[in-house]
Amino acid sequence: MISLLQEAATHAVEHSEDAAAAAVAHGDAADAAHAAQSTGLPQLDLSTFANQIFWLVLCLLVLYWVLAKVALPRIAAVISDRQGAVTGDLMAAEEFKQKAKEAEAAYDKALADARSEAQKIVAANRAEIQKELDQAIAHADAEIAARTAESEKRINEIRESAATNAREVARDVTAELVRTFGGNVDDAAVDRAVDNRMKGAMQ
Amino acid sequence: MATEAGDGGLHFDSVLSQFEVKRLFGTGPVEWYTPTNVTLWLFLIIVATAALLIWGTRGRSMVPNRSQSMAELTYGMVHKMVEDISGKDGLKYFPYIMTLFMFVLFANFLGLLPKAFTVTSHIAVTGVLAFSVFFTVTAIGFIKHGAHFLDLFWVRSAPLAIRPVLAVIEVISYFVRPVSHSIRLAGNMIAGHAVIKVFAAFAGIAAVAPVSILAVVGMYAFEALVAFIQAYVFAILTCVYLKDALHPSH
Repeated sequence: MISLLQEAATHAVEHSEDAAAAAVAHGDAADAAHAAQSTGLPQLDLSTFANQIFWLVLCLLVLYWVLAKVALPRIAAVISDRQGAVTGDLMAAEEFKQKAKEAEAAYDKALADARSEAQKIVAANRAEIQKELDQAIAHADAEIAARTAESEKRINEIRESAATNAREVARDVTAELVRTFGGNVDDAAVDRAVDNRMKGAMQ
Repeated sequence: MATEAGDGGLHFDSVLSQFEVKRLFGTGPVEWYTPTNVTLWLFLIIVATAALLIWGTRGRSMVPNRSQSMAELTYGMVHKMVEDISGKDGLKYFPYIMTLFMFVLFANFLGLLPKAFTVTSHIAVTGVLAFSVFFTVTAIGFIKHGAHFLDLFWVRSAPLAIRPVLAVIEVISYFVRPVSHSIRLAGNMIAGHAVIKVFAAFAGIAAVAPVSILAVVGMYAFEALVAFIQAYVFAILTCVYLKDALHPSH
């Protein structure tokens, strides 16, 4: 039946300079086929609708199944894996940054400790050296004082002995002079005279 | 309709012959179960979608290659669209919208191949898509909200006096949705392919052939754009309708 209509339609197309006449000549059936196959859009040919809809629904069901069961879960898994990895890496980076900060703080603290320790040691050394220095100075002072005292004593001794010697010499010389001049030696007078003279010199 | 113009000939019948549904094998009537060119191109749509989304992501790599990037971009684009427009609770229907988007996208793009058959240029196909969206969305609306779904038509933000008028307009616009949803897609596909064929028919005339060929190239580029945009629009409108069903209050 349909092939007959198609034939009629083809025939109508060939005589389409006068489509109306063709339609009249071939009757209503030819006109309908003509409308569907030639002048009308194939989209409006209702005879193919059942076919199209059947295959379309089948295709959509298959496509939906393929996407929902295979394609979309796989892509979702890949994307979420990647996001997980990125988030994990970021967290690890954050952790490392934290660790680096802690290490820096520890380093700073160690540095500060070492510095204060060094200062302590320096201060202790300085105090010790100062102490030794003070001791040495005191010792030296004491020695100097002792030697000075000794020297003074010796100088005094020398002075004393010099004075004594000078008096004896003067007395002897005086007694001898008196004797030489024929005088009578009075020891007490000689001593007095010598002492009086010495007073001015041996002061 | 068929106009003869010299030996080259302008066969305007051939402009529409690209839309004809034909048997794949043998001759005879097109029954509902007959394998036709529709069947072939529907099958190729499944193959192309599987090639992009399954074969393309076979590496499951942490650092994607080109095909996996494309698959992930497509996935990400539709996923974001559903989330942004329909909201978090719309993500439950993401596979459904992704199916529609991939179907329309590949139907449009495969239809641009020479000698191809464009399934989305048929009202029967886009009609089924649009009405399935319409019925699904309406069912979701009533199941989720019961009678409150009708709040969609009762604009509470408007003054009481004009609410009945608005309700009538809202109801009409609601029922026009599947019609505009399907005709928009099919109309774009029919028009684009028909125009390309018309320009191609003029290429038979030597005097205008260069202009005609340039026009075909230009139209082809434009149609490639339209192929994507229409798939995008189809999916985005589905999301908008889904949003109305999930959150009917204005």
